[in-house]
Amino acid sequence: MQKERPLSPHFQVYRPQLTSMLSIMHRVAGVFLSLGSPLLVFWLVSIANGHASYERWLDFSSFFLVKLFMLGWTFAVFYHLSNGIRHLFWDVGHGYELDTLHKSGYAVLASAFILTSITIVFAVSQGVLS
Amino acid sequence: MSLRSPLSKAIGLGSAKHGFSHWWWQRLSAIVLVPLTLWFVFSVLCIISGGHAEAQAWLSAPLNATLMLLFVLTGLYHAQTGLQVVIEDYIHLKWLNLLMLLLIKFSAVLMALMATLSVLKISVGV
Repeated sequence: MQKERPLSPHFQVYRPQLTSMLSIMHRVAGVFLSLGSPLLVFWLVSIANGHASYERWLDFSSFFLVKLFMLGWTFAVFYHLSNGIRHLFWDVGHGYELDTLHKSGYAVLASAFILTSITIVFAVSQGVLS
Repeated sequence: MSLRSPLSKAIGLGSAKHGFSHWWWQRLSAIVLVPLTLWFVFSVLCIISGGHAEAQAWLSAPLNATLMLLFVLTGLYHAQTGLQVVIEDYIHLKWLNLLMLLLIKFSAVLMALMATLSVLKISVGV
């Protein structure tokens, strides 16, 4: 019963703005975080299964690609968290004015970068090299 | 008196009636996840340089086990509801939509159970 109707063009037509880019990034970050959840469970399982199992986790997590993934995952955590709080303000009706949107948007980006940097510094100081 | 035509009811048009609940629990889990996530990142950084014994000892403390489990379970729930929205937004092929939805919900339940049993094993020695 569904007719094929033309979709209004968006990506090809709309100029990227802070609001729209942050919005899609929030969704992308969310999906990316979900993809990392098996890793989190894997970590917990390897602790539960004993010393040998945890050694396997340590070997796995020492791969460069895995570390890179965890770095990206960390940024996704802080970005999604910061923008999520911004979303919660919208949910109670605050912050829709255009200048507020821009200020809060930049604040979210700054917060994500700062929190990620602090985490990296902390991790390096623990001798984990990211 | 319902103003809906019998045909519309039969086709299944109209509100799905569970929209608000989904929205509400997504926000509730988000609010809970704000402090939990910060705690999680901080905790992982603290135990990441240690070995298995340290990780196990840390996670066997009741408070840490509770918060870790709360984080994982709430996170999985929030992820599952979020991904549900993404699927509904982009996948219009009904069978694929349903398949992806079921895969995601099933994976979430699987991971939730694995995480719960792991944390229980570490903290209680089940």
